[in-house]
Amino acid sequence: MRFNSLGYIIKEGFKSLFRNKWYTLASVATISACLFLLGAFAAIMLNVQYIVNNVQQEISVTVFFQSGTTEEEMLYLRDQLILRDEVEQVDYTSADEAWETFAEELGVTDYLDGFTDNPLADSASLTIYMNDVTMQSELVEFLESKEIVRRVNKSELAATTLGSLNSLVSVATVGIIGILFLVSVFLISNTITIGISIRKEEINIMKYIGATDFFVRFPFIIEGVLIGLVGAAIPLVGLYFVYNNVIIAIVTRFSSLSSLLGFLDVTEVFQILVPVSLAIGVGIGFFGSVFTCRKHLRV
Amino acid sequence: MRKKDSRDTVMLDEDDVIVLDNVTHVYTNALVLRNVSLRIKRGEFVFIVGASGSGKSTLIKLLLREIVATKGGVYVLGENLSTMKHRRVPAFRRRLGVVFQDFRLLKDMNVYENVAFAQRVTQVPNAKIEKSVPTILKYVGLAGKYKAKPRQLSGGEQQRVALARALVNKPEILLCDEPTGNLDPANSQEIMRLLDVFNQRGTTVVVVTHNKEIVDQMQKRVITVHKGVIESDIESGEYEAGEYDYEI
Repeated sequence: MRFNSLGYIIKEGFKSLFRNKWYTLASVATISACLFLLGAFAAIMLNVQYIVNNVQQEISVTVFFQSGTTEEEMLYLRDQLILRDEVEQVDYTSADEAWETFAEELGVTDYLDGFTDNPLADSASLTIYMNDVTMQSELVEFLESKEIVRRVNKSELAATTLGSLNSLVSVATVGIIGILFLVSVFLISNTITIGISIRKEEINIMKYIGATDFFVRFPFIIEGVLIGLVGAAIPLVGLYFVYNNVIIAIVTRFSSLSSLLGFLDVTEVFQILVPVSLAIGVGIGFFGSVFTCRKHLRV
Repeated sequence: MRKKDSRDTVMLDEDDVIVLDNVTHVYTNALVLRNVSLRIKRGEFVFIVGASGSGKSTLIKLLLREIVATKGGVYVLGENLSTMKHRRVPAFRRRLGVVFQDFRLLKDMNVYENVAFAQRVTQVPNAKIEKSVPTILKYVGLAGKYKAKPRQLSGGEQQRVALARALVNKPEILLCDEPTGNLDPANSQEIMRLLDVFNQRGTTVVVVTHNKEIVDQMQKRVITVHKGVIESDIESGEYEAGEYDYEI
């Protein structure tokens, strides 16, 4: 392939965008609409996952120990727990700290000074925060197998509900992105088919002159990729502005929920959204045009 | 000297550029060509005449390897088109030139670009395109109209652009499918004169036509096709007007 031929092919790909400008606009608009939905859905899902993860991290398992367990034994268990994959953080509360916290919560520290011994001597505990609440039962089983453990406090219902919600969100995200991807491929394929039918005469002439399959097909692939790229860039710009405004609106309107609802910053969302959207746009354009050319351009 | 094609029994002479050996072609339900055999030698000028639906255009399609014969051998420039791999077709077609009744020019391109297109498609370097296009346009008398768009040209001029495009890559064979079908007598004469000039320069010319006046006047070899069969094959200057007659 000569350099000037490659340049010519690429130029033809760009030119055909403008030659069929109404079809190009129509397909860019449809791809944009699809990718806007996809982006919006992904942003919602990322935030749902973020909120669910935050709530998950608030769910803890608390371990109380048999009377007579030494602090060293408790700290040894803490170190063992930290090594487990599903464990995010383990906080140790000694019996003295438990007593102080109790006194502070009651607000009667002076009165409680009268106690010479710690009434909560057996209340030392480990509070375990998990990064994956679906593993809670395995963790509890591990803890209950330890002889020094007296009681394990857990919230099974919350763990199961959040775990299921997280899986549902992940599956729904993949499913919806997959459907929107297929719809976009179909749309771009239609545009390329129209482009091919508009240029049938030109393609026939190329064919009779002795153009190779690559020479005939490549401008369409360039065209498809460019449509995909532009179709991905437009909704990203739109989403950037929409996202910030929507978050502000939610936080303002539902200020009472602000402690529960934490949202991802726009830059965090776009760190994922920009490469994914552009890759999907290019992928849609590339595969849509390759499949269409294979189907309609037997030259 | 004759050589034998390795996959077939036909003997090819060195100067045979087109050989059809017992070719039969069937479209979905219709028999279009039946046991057609012919030989065209390098440098010949041949008319293929016949009524509509006689199979003339199918012959051109077979020679361009647009379709593959249902039965029999089609050999062009020493290549067996029946067994030719798809990826070899572009290289084969670069050795041919083709002109159609409806010109088939690209409307968005001017005269220069329409002709240059044939070379761009075949990846000719720009420097060579810049030399060869003006030269061929001069031959067909359109050097002064290189910037014109097809819609600004007469039918005769458009056909001359199509001819220039077909000839710019110096093809060994020029296939013309009803090249004067949309032209008045004066423009038809001009196209035939140009075809004759390029034939005398060594290009083999095959013209499918209805135009009896042109055929009578040119006095070249005439092959008459009737209902998919070659009815007559008369050498140059060996016939009287109407001898090759056919019903339209």
